[in-house]
Amino acid sequence: MISLAGRDILHGWSKYVLTGLGLGLLIGVTLTMAGVYRGMVDDAHALLTNSRADLWVVQKDTQGPYAESSSIKDDVVRSVRGMPGVAAAANVAYLTMQVQKDGQDQRVMVVGMEPGMPGAPGYLVTGRHITRNHYEAVADVKTGFALGDTVRIRRHDYTVVGLTRRMVSSGGDPMLFVPMKDAQETQFLKDNDAIVNDRARTAANPAFNRPGSPGLLEAVQNLQTSSRSVNAVLVQIAPGFNPEQVAEPIRRWKHLSVYTRDGMEDILVVKLIANSAKQIGMFLVILAIVSAAIVAFIIYTMTMGKLREIAVLKLIGTRDRTIAGMILQQALGLGLIGFAVGKVAATFWAPAFPKFVLLLPGDSVTGLVVTLIICALASTLAIRVALKVDPGAAIG
Amino acid sequence: MNTMNTITQGGILIEGLRKVYGSGDTAVEALKHVNMQVAPGEVVGLVGPSGSGKSTLLKCLGAIIEPTSGKMTLGNEVIYDNGWKVKDLRALRRDRIGFVFQAPYLIPFLDVTDNVALLPMLAGAPNGASRSRAMELLTALEVQHRAKAEPSQLSGGEQQRVSIARALANKPPVILADEPTAPLDSERALAVMHILNQMAQQAQTAIIVVTHDEKIIPTFKRIYHIRDGRTFEEAGLGLTL
Repeated sequence: MISLAGRDILHGWSKYVLTGLGLGLLIGVTLTMAGVYRGMVDDAHALLTNSRADLWVVQKDTQGPYAESSSIKDDVVRSVRGMPGVAAAANVAYLTMQVQKDGQDQRVMVVGMEPGMPGAPGYLVTGRHITRNHYEAVADVKTGFALGDTVRIRRHDYTVVGLTRRMVSSGGDPMLFVPMKDAQETQFLKDNDAIVNDRARTAANPAFNRPGSPGLLEAVQNLQTSSRSVNAVLVQIAPGFNPEQVAEPIRRWKHLSVYTRDGMEDILVVKLIANSAKQIGMFLVILAIVSAAIVAFIIYTMTMGKLREIAVLKLIGTRDRTIAGMILQQALGLGLIGFAVGKVAATFWAPAFPKFVLLLPGDSVTGLVVTLIICALASTLAIRVALKVDPGAAIG
Repeated sequence: MNTMNTITQGGILIEGLRKVYGSGDTAVEALKHVNMQVAPGEVVGLVGPSGSGKSTLLKCLGAIIEPTSGKMTLGNEVIYDNGWKVKDLRALRRDRIGFVFQAPYLIPFLDVTDNVALLPMLAGAPNGASRSRAMELLTALEVQHRAKAEPSQLSGGEQQRVSIARALANKPPVILADEPTAPLDSERALAVMHILNQMAQQAQTAIIVVTHDEKIIPTFKRIYHIRDGRTFEEAGLGLTL
């Protein structure tokens, strides 16, 4: 038996393929939206994995350092290092800011870290790690900086000595790693006018500038202009220890909040991007409905255009299931063309997106199945019309 | 002609056929006790004014609508008998009845061969055998040179010949032709009638031609007039084509 659907498609293939192309672009948008969501989740996972930490020690009763602000003193790390089960611990500071790149603003997350410790970049694609205490930086390739470039952060210039990859914040901003002391200064240091103002105010305060207490005013003023705070302490646990087993004494005795990898994943993946996920979910539902409406309209129009032929087919004894199959195959064919075009389009335009778009094979398979289901459902309207055609209409 | 003898070997036999649309006060009796006999190999005309019941009779003959009462036999098979009917009317139309329409109504997305071969394929014949049968008919009707053409590339006369080939594809005992010459000029109309007569003779098919076309009426040996739902038989001129 010849394929009636195939012959009909070949007869008007240009119109059919163009329709599939239009549908494909819509499917491409749908796949990309799913990819944006996957990219956000992957960014969150990358952030946690790249930090190489098992525990995040943050300010008590906060969900820092990524979802909320957290500030703890930088000497907390020493006491954490002394807790049982802690293999390594290091201070980290995170600061999202704009830096200049070729005269253009570039949004980055500045990370203050201790080289070789948790929170530092694990591998470099080129260059070397930071070896000096000040004014060197390692940048993610997405910042656009090259080795040897100079980055101005606040009042200092930093030389890019290494480049890394897939080191991004939970929001997808590429990271710029600098030494911890520089990050502290960048994050907490006041501008010169504020410092002068504060010094004058302190000097005018008789409590800090009283006779018989030499050095008191200077000590207070130094305290005002220096920063001893960090956002979190990242902890690697020793082999054989359970993360929760190490976290509990820190919570109890140090009066800090401690999150395990699972806890931090929950904050980043479930809580932080919950609204974005819902937003994207709504878009996907709307796009699915629009796609279904388009397929239904196209197939319905195609069917209405050949009611006479359908009447003739029924008159000469064609079974209902053959006619329904013809319409269903055309709808599924449209879905297949649309999906192929959409998949290719999404693959080509995904790298051009500013944030990471992750197109998972599993999502593509789901997308294909959903597309075919939508096409099958959308064809039911046209099938109903075709099956109601009176074979007598061919006679008149 | 002893029609009853030939009917037993095929053809069409209609006895007391009635068709009523609606019920009660709004009932319309479109056919009132229609009787017809067409022998295998015979071509008869069915003539009548608009509203006479022609279309209803054609739809009953074509197993598209069911008569209210009466008996109808196609070939050697009883189709309707006072409320009883054959189970699968769709298969009956496919295997036992050929249709030729006023316009050819060929399937535009199939080439000429497949338009004809589609019927045997629908009946379950293999593609190769179906296409061979189609070529055989197209050759008989002298349109074999257009076998690979699309219907839109054919002239009106060629399209009508292809539609006749399609009607004959499953070797049906009966062909119903509804105004088959209406869009054609005299020469082509007579050519179509010649083909129908020839095919009727060769395949021993009973053919009923519904027509208003005065050009072809003299070609029938027998004509059924239908008026107010009743048929009247008349001898035709039976001019040789």
